[in-house]
Amino acid sequence: MSEILLAAQNVTKKFPGVLANDDVSIRLRPGRILALLGENGAGKSTLVNVLFGMYRPDSGQVVIKDETVDLHGPDDAISRGIGMVHQHFQLVPPMRVVENIVLGDEPTKRGLVDLDEARNRVVELSERYGLEIDPDALVEDLPVGMQQRVEILKALYRNADVLIMDEPTGVLTPQEADHLLGVLRELTETGLGIVFITHKLREVLAIADDIVVLRNGQVVGETTPSQTSEGGLAEMMVGRSVVLQVEKSAADPGDVVLKVSELEVNDDRGQVALDGLNFEVRAGEILGVAGVEGNGQRELVEAITGLRHPAFGVMEIDGEELTSSSPRQITKKGVAHIPEDREKHGVVAVYSVAENSILNRYHRKPFSIRGILRRHVIRGHAQDVVDEFDVRTPNVLVPASSLSGGNKQKLIVGREFSDEIKLLIAAQPTRGIDIGAIEFIHRRILEQRDKGTAVLLVSAELDEILGLSDRIAVLYDGKIMDVIDAHDADREKIGLLMAGITD
Amino acid sequence: MGEVMKPQQRQLLYAGLAVMLVLIWIFYSANGPQTTAVLAGTVRAATLLALGAMCGMIGERSGVVNIGIEGQFLLSAFAAFTIASMTGSLFMGTIAGIGMGLMMGWLLAAMAVGLKVDQIIAGTVLNIAALGLTSFFYDRSRSLGMGKYTNIDLGPLADIPLVGTVFFSRPPLTYLTMALLVVVHIALFRSVWGMRTRAIGEHPGAADTVGIDVLKLRYLNVTLAGGLAGLGGSYLALEAVGTFSRAMSGGRGFLALAVMIFGRRTPFGAYAAALFFGFTTALQNQFQLNNTFDIPPQFVGMLPFVVTIVVVALSGLVGSMRDPAALGQNYEKG
Repeated sequence: MSEILLAAQNVTKKFPGVLANDDVSIRLRPGRILALLGENGAGKSTLVNVLFGMYRPDSGQVVIKDETVDLHGPDDAISRGIGMVHQHFQLVPPMRVVENIVLGDEPTKRGLVDLDEARNRVVELSERYGLEIDPDALVEDLPVGMQQRVEILKALYRNADVLIMDEPTGVLTPQEADHLLGVLRELTETGLGIVFITHKLREVLAIADDIVVLRNGQVVGETTPSQTSEGGLAEMMVGRSVVLQVEKSAADPGDVVLKVSELEVNDDRGQVALDGLNFEVRAGEILGVAGVEGNGQRELVEAITGLRHPAFGVMEIDGEELTSSSPRQITKKGVAHIPEDREKHGVVAVYSVAENSILNRYHRKPFSIRGILRRHVIRGHAQDVVDEFDVRTPNVLVPASSLSGGNKQKLIVGREFSDEIKLLIAAQPTRGIDIGAIEFIHRRILEQRDKGTAVLLVSAELDEILGLSDRIAVLYDGKIMDVIDAHDADREKIGLLMAGITD
Repeated sequence: MGEVMKPQQRQLLYAGLAVMLVLIWIFYSANGPQTTAVLAGTVRAATLLALGAMCGMIGERSGVVNIGIEGQFLLSAFAAFTIASMTGSLFMGTIAGIGMGLMMGWLLAAMAVGLKVDQIIAGTVLNIAALGLTSFFYDRSRSLGMGKYTNIDLGPLADIPLVGTVFFSRPPLTYLTMALLVVVHIALFRSVWGMRTRAIGEHPGAADTVGIDVLKLRYLNVTLAGGLAGLGGSYLALEAVGTFSRAMSGGRGFLALAVMIFGRRTPFGAYAAALFFGFTTALQNQFQLNNTFDIPPQFVGMLPFVVTIVVVALSGLVGSMRDPAALGQNYEKG
């Protein structure tokens, strides 16, 4: 058996204006799990793409099974036994499991695909590795956890000795995630090596044998779970000590601000996405909506902010019915919205920071008078937002597209918070941004709560929900399974509800 | 391996089939020659639609919309007719028609796959170019001295009453089309090529990560599919009509797309749909011939199109068919 399964040796990769990987070295031995930890933009993806043959390094080498190799593409990596499970599954939904697994490397008999042989091989693989699956099921009918299993089998079918898992637990419930970690551990017992990419500190400590932390394209630390803690890892990732859990005082709820009754909303395909929702959010409290993504969260946020018309039900803000009102009417009532997809709904990329800072009220005084924008007022306002919300930008005239994710998000938060608001709808407010910005935005959301704003927080990150919420509603399959007081909530309990299990 | 049909749909299909057979038997008993004429006309009209639908489905299964079938028919019919009349060989004309179809398929691929032009615009370019070119080079004095393809009786099969005349006493390109239906079905649903083709139409990214060259396969498929439309053009000029006239494809390239959708992008489904649409055309011809109804022929002539609208509106009856997920989207690597 090889001494080193997969290694990067002094890999450097530059993109225009960015040094994505700077002299990075990692090594993976057989039977071990190497966790690659780092914030967005730290260089994890670049490194993995180099190892998988998607990018060629500017300098440095890739070593596979003790041999220095020159990879010309993913095919090269696959044929040398590297398997990758992408964060967004690369499966063909209307095809069967077995077809998906053998696609691109199909067994044939007399010129046609030999599905019986393919099925035998899949069954044999799934038995050998204890990954039970129905080979004839259509992928689109499988739950997410099973689809991931198909991806793993796809790699094993191609005789992978190394699995690269890119953020594999993002779409799973806590229980499913635990199960996956168990499966991965078992896989290593056959000598397989695993590179596990994540930004979730708890998982790293639970599963990794070795940990490599990246920051700004460089390896800033190598450690093992026994030598470190969540705090220690976070500090390595960010480069300073960070507060993982923002401190918060007890909530002091006031009057009901948002009241939703019997809300039914359809998704883009016309299927029922929300099925008779009832809940309230009071002034000065944060209601967290937990759940695996795709259980109706997007439709809920869109219905409340006026982007999608409900099929049935009533939504009241401050006692006034606003069901099916336009986004502008709703904004006028003092509703702020941090949208889930900041690139699509949060900023206009080609507009300047200044223009983006008034997207929700360009039509009002003092920003425009009789239909004419007043540039100096807008710039002044933008400068205030930039200063107060710590948006890192050379000036307010650069296009929003030049800002990093975290700074874009701070700009959005600044824009939404710079008016008097009664209700805040925050959807995935810290997705894909650095820990420093997360901490900042969490503080600001709590500040709003303490000022008496009602907050609806929708997030796929359970830690975020647990850390900020006063009450937690768990959404599953378009229904609220339960609303729990945050004091009584724990991961276990919420995880079960997220999977639709009630006792 | 093909598309899975729900049991209710299957039952509906069988019930419809049974009703049809009974009706045909009743009509045949009442008026043999006319029934035979209508059904023979049905198969004649269906052949062209089936070829167009197969061309469309191979493109769409790979993620490329082809609304240029109309133009492919027309220009191929022109090429087939011109070469046949110049060489005096129907076979050479047929080859020329197929060649022209391949070339137009390649042109569509070059625009839509290679240059990533919007697929609808690329198809429209084919249609406009075909209409313009064929009108410009149209030569009224040309004709097929040797006549068009004639019927070939398939031995004793041709002697079966009704069925023999309708299916087994046909000109060669009709037989070829029937054979191609089987070939395309097996290729799409049983071969490695077909599996990869369906994959790149649904999720090109997934195909890419397992080492399938998405752009190359789309290029190949759109070009090859053009050959089927080219055969359709040859059929139109050399077998169905026996001459070329301006805009002779008459919207059948678009009707073929309706047939393709109604047939759920499967060859046999498309043939069933083509027979249905062909039947309305044949019926309409027969009505006009016999002057069955005392109304202007223009209204009788609308029958196939009215039926098309009604049927497409009711197509929920055969179950809604989802489009390939990546249909119409140009693929960017990475």
